[in-house]
Amino acid sequence: MGRPLNIVYFAWVRERLGIDQEQISLADGGETIADVLALLAGRGDAYADIFADSAKLRFALDQDYGLPASLIGAARELAIFPPVTGG
Amino acid sequence: MIRIKVGPEDFDIGAETLIVAGQGGGAIASFVGQVRDDGHLETLELEHYPAMTHKALHEIAETALSDWPLHAVTIVHRVGKLPVGANIVLVVTGSDHRKAAMESCSFIMDRLKTVAPFWKKETRTDGAVQWIEERASDIEASEKWNK
Repeated sequence: MGRPLNIVYFAWVRERLGIDQEQISLADGGETIADVLALLAGRGDAYADIFADSAKLRFALDQDYGLPASLIGAARELAIFPPVTGG
Repeated sequence: MIRIKVGPEDFDIGAETLIVAGQGGGAIASFVGQVRDDGHLETLELEHYPAMTHKALHEIAETALSDWPLHAVTIVHRVGKLPVGANIVLVVTGSDHRKAAMESCSFIMDRLKTVAPFWKKETRTDGAVQWIEERASDIEASEKWNK
């Protein structure tokens, strides 16, 4: 079973994956964002290209910025996107 | 007063300025950002993270209200496909004094560019499409307010 985590993607991350969100299952929330990235990169192909280098990406847990070392904890949504370019 | 609006519709600079002015003070500063015509740009498409955008903009406005003596802050940001010359972003701040209004307006724009979850994709006149990359100068401008 595990606990579900919704992952949402934006900008070129979304375009290159071809999906804007998906749900994965975690053991207990004791995982970090980096653990989730490693899991995604392990799928190969576009996933490996995009998630192998976290320096090009930014993260938010339940709409607050997080770092690769941040614990998923009780968060229900992880957002993965490029550095922002609004304004 | 904090007023945040995010959506595809255009904004009325005069009307938004009057709303801020109506909150008192007498010193109103504003900034308008538009799609820049560099001679080769066709359209700019703005994507955002709806669940996070409002929260991020609200936090920036709250920081401005706590760091400067302001009566009102308005932030309007458009999303969707925009042609050259179109309005993108509007910030209006109102205070008793010019310095607070102008400085806080500048702070809000610097922070917005590096924190608010918006992404720009440009379509060139030759058909090329590319995502805009973050600029080091924007990061420096945002970080200087931490000092």
